Amino acid sequence: MTIIVYLIPVALGLGLLGLGAFIWSIRSGQFDDMQGPAYRILDDDDDTPA
Amino acid sequence: MTALTPTAPGCPSGLSPVTARDTKTGYAGFVRDVGDEHAIDLVVRGAKCGGCLSKIEKSVSALPGVTQARLNLSSGQMRVRWTGPLAADRIAQTISDLGYGVAAQAADTGAADKAREERSLLISMGVAGFAAANIMLLSVSVWAGTGEMGEATRQTLHALSGVIALPVLLFSGRHFFRSAWAALRNGHANMDVPISLALSLAFGVSVFETLRGGEHAYFDAVVMLCFFLLIGRFLDARLRRQAHAAANALAAMQTSAVTRLTDKGDAVSVAARDVAAGDRILLAPGERAMVDMRIFDGVSDVDESLVTGESLPRTFSPGMTLHAGAINVSAPLRGEALKVVEESLLSQIGEMLEAGEQRRSAYRRIADRAVSIYVPFVHTTAALACLGWLLLGASLPDALMIAAATLIITCPCALALAAPVAQVVAAGRLFRKGVYLRSGDAFERLAEIDHIVFDKTGTLTLGTPKLEGMVLTGQSLALDSPEAKAMLADAASLARVSHHPLSRALVATAGSGAAREGVREIAGCGLEASVDGQTWRLGSANWIGTDKALAAASGPSLWFARGDAPAVQFRFVDNVQPGTADALNTLRAQGIDLEIVSGDQNGAVASLAGTLGIADWTGEASPQAKVARLETLRDQNHRVLMVGDGLNDAGALSLAHASLAPGAAIDISQSASDAVYSGGLDAIPLILRVARKTRAIMRQNFALAAAYNVIAVPIAVTGHVTPLVAAIAMSLSSIIVTLNAMRLQIEE
Repeated sequence: MTIIVYLIPVALGLGLLGLGAFIWSIRSGQFDDMQGPAYRILDDDDDTPA
Repeated sequence: MTALTPTAPGCPSGLSPVTARDTKTGYAGFVRDVGDEHAIDLVVRGAKCGGCLSKIEKSVSALPGVTQARLNLSSGQMRVRWTGPLAADRIAQTISDLGYGVAAQAADTGAADKAREERSLLISMGVAGFAAANIMLLSVSVWAGTGEMGEATRQTLHALSGVIALPVLLFSGRHFFRSAWAALRNGHANMDVPISLALSLAFGVSVFETLRGGEHAYFDAVVMLCFFLLIGRFLDARLRRQAHAAANALAAMQTSAVTRLTDKGDAVSVAARDVAAGDRILLAPGERAMVDMRIFDGVSDVDESLVTGESLPRTFSPGMTLHAGAINVSAPLRGEALKVVEESLLSQIGEMLEAGEQRRSAYRRIADRAVSIYVPFVHTTAALACLGWLLLGASLPDALMIAAATLIITCPCALALAAPVAQVVAAGRLFRKGVYLRSGDAFERLAEIDHIVFDKTGTLTLGTPKLEGMVLTGQSLALDSPEAKAMLADAASLARVSHHPLSRALVATAGSGAAREGVREIAGCGLEASVDGQTWRLGSANWIGTDKALAAASGPSLWFARGDAPAVQFRFVDNVQPGTADALNTLRAQGIDLEIVSGDQNGAVASLAGTLGIADWTGEASPQAKVARLETLRDQNHRVLMVGDGLNDAGALSLAHASLAPGAAIDISQSASDAVYSGGLDAIPLILRVARKTRAIMRQNFALAAAYNVIAVPIAVTGHVTPLVAAIAMSLSSIIVTLNAMRLQIEE
């Protein structure tokens, strides 16, 4: 059972990593526009401006 | 001169109507300097799809010196950065020319606060979710290991759970503690009081249990409660922020600039709010009046459709009073400001809006009613349970434990999720149909509607005249005959220089082409040019000098004369919105009374009412008359839905029990209404249907939450709740109300 001494901190560490990534993505504004990026990826930049 | 853009104006997917272009001035005051770059924040209206996004961003990026142009499609906010001498007005003009509405974003601390609140709720929710998952990992081992797990291991796992829960409780729980404290200090109890009590009591007993090596700890319940409640809070905050952002359009409009004339006659651009009564103002063609003014120089046609609802422009001459919101069509006007911006018609309507909002916020939502029953019920039950067990001889820790279990299991989760989830799902469904909802509780009010008042121009009708036919010396001409086409092309070459709605309708039918040089616009009369020694005239019957009897034909018309040749008459109609008849029949079948209240001429209103089979109509109604009509209806206990688009409807929109505005409506009307729809009136039956269904689902959810409590409370009070039971009950009730709300996605 001593393995849980390692496993629990590892599980918590991974969870914290995910939480950190979530908070970073909110702070960097990735949730600010929920629609635009879906279209932006379809847009080729090589044609002349409309 | 009319600048032709290579692509069609407005949203390429047709999700939003084209915004009429006007001259953009006064944006310089909103430019900020960021390092060696300039930046401006704009609000763009009418951008709905990927085509809009790329059209706008590319056109702005193509301007000289622009380094960044990024549009947020969800909020409509656009940030532009550039270097060099580019004028901010030109950026705004570029967007306006593409067929989108644009305004400078005023510094709005309210919106920033709301965005920050939403973001902090989302982070708190993430933190609580992380902790809930990890504590559950430990709790499940404790539950699964009952009987086998050593006491030391269990105590370690409990302690670990407590260590994770404490910072989360303080961080994520602060939203509830703060709100509960504020409510208690003001001497009343809100939903957050039992929540805070449950959280701290459950945490306290769990710490006590852990320290004395007991079997049950509720750390998982504490954190899970936080998590579920924050989901509801976040959804609610997001709906409210979206509503607030839309309401700011009014403020954005008032930040526009006004051209003031100095004593020397120089024109200076000043912010509208700096205009004082008595200032002399220049109103260029295409510009919207920001203050009420008395004309002292110039004769021009003025489009008052947003102010009065009248479909065709009126001619203004010196001595007449022009109201704020009107758009100058033909020639420059000079006038004296009668009032400061705060006293203008625009601001008065703004005040009407505020009064309406206040009345509306007094509306008691289903959720509020549920909470007012729930709060005292839970407190009493928990207190009685604690007291009862003490009297029966239980120890204080045991009695407190039971009280905590009661508070946790009566679970405000289902209650907190019941309304927001249903509203968000319903709003999402409407959004995909082109309906943009401005407030979450609008569903409940929309569901109660029994009477609908429509505006005419722009709501029931398209609001833009369309060329219907041509008449030459009493003979009707087919629009596609070569003769008619040639005449139309000639007339359009004159019409291209004009902002008049009929000219634009003519050009729309004629298609693209060159504008003739040297065309003069004579206000109240028409357009004149000399071509090959002949005088060509396009304008009213009186001015052209045609037969009065012929001119008396119904509907608006333009006459076109080339030299001495007989004049041709262009007839226009303001078409009914497509799908109107079907939509009105559906509404009638539901037993809803229909009525038209319009600012347009009685004749025009009567003929439309006849066509649509609406018996109740009022014409030539002022904004005040519209408000008065709504007040009368309210006194007769009608739940009125107002549908309108103009500035003259704004007061009525804010006063109605619920209100809708079409996507082409002026900003103020959009911000005064509960929802903005695009396309025709067929959106209205859909909105009402979804609203009724949403209300039904919300009621079901509250009933489910209540039924759940009927089962859960006896278990809790009799002391049979273990942390496992609490966790299952809590998740189950939340999942059930969420799934029930998801049914709103299903199209029938």
